Amino acid sequence: MNFNFSEDQLLMKEEVKKLLDKENSVKRNRNVLEGEEKFDKELWNQLVQMGLTATTIPEEYGGIGMGFLELCVIAEELGRGIAPVPFSSSVYLATTAILNSSNEDIKKEFLPKLASGEIIGTFAHSEKTTFPSESGISVAAKSGKITGKKVAVPDGDIANFALVSATSGKNKIGLYLVDLSADGVEIDSLETFDPSRSHADISFKNTPAQELSADAWEDIEKLLDQSAVLFAFEQVGGAEAAMNQAKDYAMGRYAFGRAIASFQAIKHKVADMYISLQLARSNCYYGAWALSNDAPELPTAAATARVSATKAFYECSKENIQTHGGMGATWEFDCHLFYRRARLLSSNIGSQGIWKDKLITSLEKSNSPT
Amino acid sequence: MDFNDTKDEANFRDEVNSWLSANADKKEHAKDIYRPAEMSGEGESGESSALKDAKAWQAKKYDAGWACLHWPKDYGGRDATPMERVIWGQEESKFKVPGGFFEIGQGMAGPVLMLYATEEQKKRYLPPMAKGEEIWCQLFSEPGAGSDLAGIKTKAELDGDTWTINGQKVWTSGAHYSDYGIIVTRSDFSAPKHKGLTYFFLDMKSPGVEVRPIKQITGGANFNEVYFTDVKIPDSQRLGEIGDGWKVSLTTLMNERLAVGDASGVDFQEIFELAKDQDFNGDTAISNGAVREKLADWYCEQSGLKYTKMRNISALSQGSTPGPEASITKIVSANKLQDIANYGMDLMDNASIARDEETAIFQGSLLGAPLIRIAGGTDEVLKNIIAEQVLGMPQDIRVDKNVPFNEIPTGSKN
Repeated sequence: MNFNFSEDQLLMKEEVKKLLDKENSVKRNRNVLEGEEKFDKELWNQLVQMGLTATTIPEEYGGIGMGFLELCVIAEELGRGIAPVPFSSSVYLATTAILNSSNEDIKKEFLPKLASGEIIGTFAHSEKTTFPSESGISVAAKSGKITGKKVAVPDGDIANFALVSATSGKNKIGLYLVDLSADGVEIDSLETFDPSRSHADISFKNTPAQELSADAWEDIEKLLDQSAVLFAFEQVGGAEAAMNQAKDYAMGRYAFGRAIASFQAIKHKVADMYISLQLARSNCYYGAWALSNDAPELPTAAATARVSATKAFYECSKENIQTHGGMGATWEFDCHLFYRRARLLSSNIGSQGIWKDKLITSLEKSNSPT
Repeated sequence: MDFNDTKDEANFRDEVNSWLSANADKKEHAKDIYRPAEMSGEGESGESSALKDAKAWQAKKYDAGWACLHWPKDYGGRDATPMERVIWGQEESKFKVPGGFFEIGQGMAGPVLMLYATEEQKKRYLPPMAKGEEIWCQLFSEPGAGSDLAGIKTKAELDGDTWTINGQKVWTSGAHYSDYGIIVTRSDFSAPKHKGLTYFFLDMKSPGVEVRPIKQITGGANFNEVYFTDVKIPDSQRLGEIGDGWKVSLTTLMNERLAVGDASGVDFQEIFELAKDQDFNGDTAISNGAVREKLADWYCEQSGLKYTKMRNISALSQGSTPGPEASITKIVSANKLQDIANYGMDLMDNASIARDEETAIFQGSLLGAPLIRIAGGTDEVLKNIIAEQVLGMPQDIRVDKNVPFNEIPTGSKN
């Protein structure tokens, strides 16, 4: 058996890590957080040039035809570098949704441009203040036009187009592709908890929309499961970075005449981070297996990876601040960048409570959880 | 990325399966366990019939070449690869077979003998250990030396080529049915504490060895106190140099941590089934959001451990060395066991107090869990190991290092 990434995939991971290190991705996160730009275009262009946006897109649509496993290792490194780019929206979500679809015209039109980075996409799903259930969608599609409001859309003010969930009549939820420069689109950038990643409210008023599917709730659930594995890898990358920061700081910080890393109170704290990280990583590997094989276990595996990675990033990022003492809570130190990113990733695509519930629901359905 | 056997692995698995199928009964459910034919009650009679069956099964495996697979053939093994050993374990666990008596000998004493005993001793002791004919125990902990193992005080004095042992060991699993033991003693009280230790093996039937059972909070008595009064051990049974016992002990402990795996008892499946059946405010417990959140946490832990193990097995299958990830196993599984047991009893409300078929496993797990969190390295010791040996953080500053042992305060002062 080989329950690991291949040598080529690990090599690719290393290349992405090198690029993000060289470009000082964490510093770039701070620049976006403090500045006026909505994302780091320079870094984004470098990722595009490296071919990362083309990863899962088949060659016939201008991509490089790799798979989800490659995307998993990329996600982990983007998490480690808390990269201030719209990768999750455009690649995990928009690209995957179009790849999943059977609409050949849309594939031909959009996939080559997504691969080349010429356009950026996002997924507009949340309404009001909560992640929607099937009955909670109020944006409505009718005769090729949609009307209604989506809130806190990740990269909503960056993306060229959005995939929008909307009622399609007969109590069905459909999925629509909307050009965000079209008439009747109003975009309000939000002041956010983590300005290194931009979010916007988007209102549609009789906006032209291309239909991917008029009956898409199951497709949306699947898209969320697929992206949950990728988000989880990103969270694991961030968690590991935070754990290493805590460890490194504790080794170099002296108090009471000794490195604080020699106190059990600190060692046990870092060991706890390691434990939650390893549980999450192992669950992520299983998620990666299920994702890349389109296995029937995907809903369970994705929720498991997502729940444990969310927990790991929260724990590692908050205890990293604690290990740093007062300096960890200053604007100057990087700890808060990871703490903010941990919170942001926990909210994008649905909160911990939502995913725990999804997990138990999927175990109830499969009836053979072990 | 896949979970598939290689061709060699698949062939080996087939071979294992055909032998097991011909010699044992397959489990009908994953949680099926072996029950000795003669066992009706608990206590000593139950244990002796379980022991008899376990010895018979072990001998059967040995005769067919399926005992201690990874050991050299000369010592009763099969010269199997680490992956073949894993496959054997996976397949054997699908059958209703007895076990539970030989792990300390084969898992801890065996590897130490292989490193430190003479060729003649290895040929004498290892095959009967593999066959289950002779059972071994490990005499390490003392009343004043638990996590601080190097603080032991059992005294070894050399006269000619015979050592005399005096002192007391505690928490010795299976001492009451063991034929031999490995023991660490203090041979020099004026040396610093890690330097004055010497390691032996001995015949548990030697004059002056007295075994007394310890009744645990579960009501069972798997552990013992062992007293040594002028017990004689020939110098030829010393393992390692005089004063080098700490180094030999570390070899043993490394193997102990590999041997201690998942905590047995209630796990996700039990609490999941209970939550589906149990009433909670006029509905089933599982329809309650708070219950679902708890269940999800435990499922994630169980799954995380399962796939951590898979990552390790995968490394073996690929011919590389497993990483240190498995060091989290006992901490996570023992705490999960305790919390699931407690929560299960909570869900059953006041009915959980009565002992019946449904409550017994939760009650037993709740009482068994504290000792699992302590045995084979406490949670705290294991976290130190993760921090120091996996993450490279510095050791605690030790006030007793480099101090002659007889000047160090030890034990309990209250």
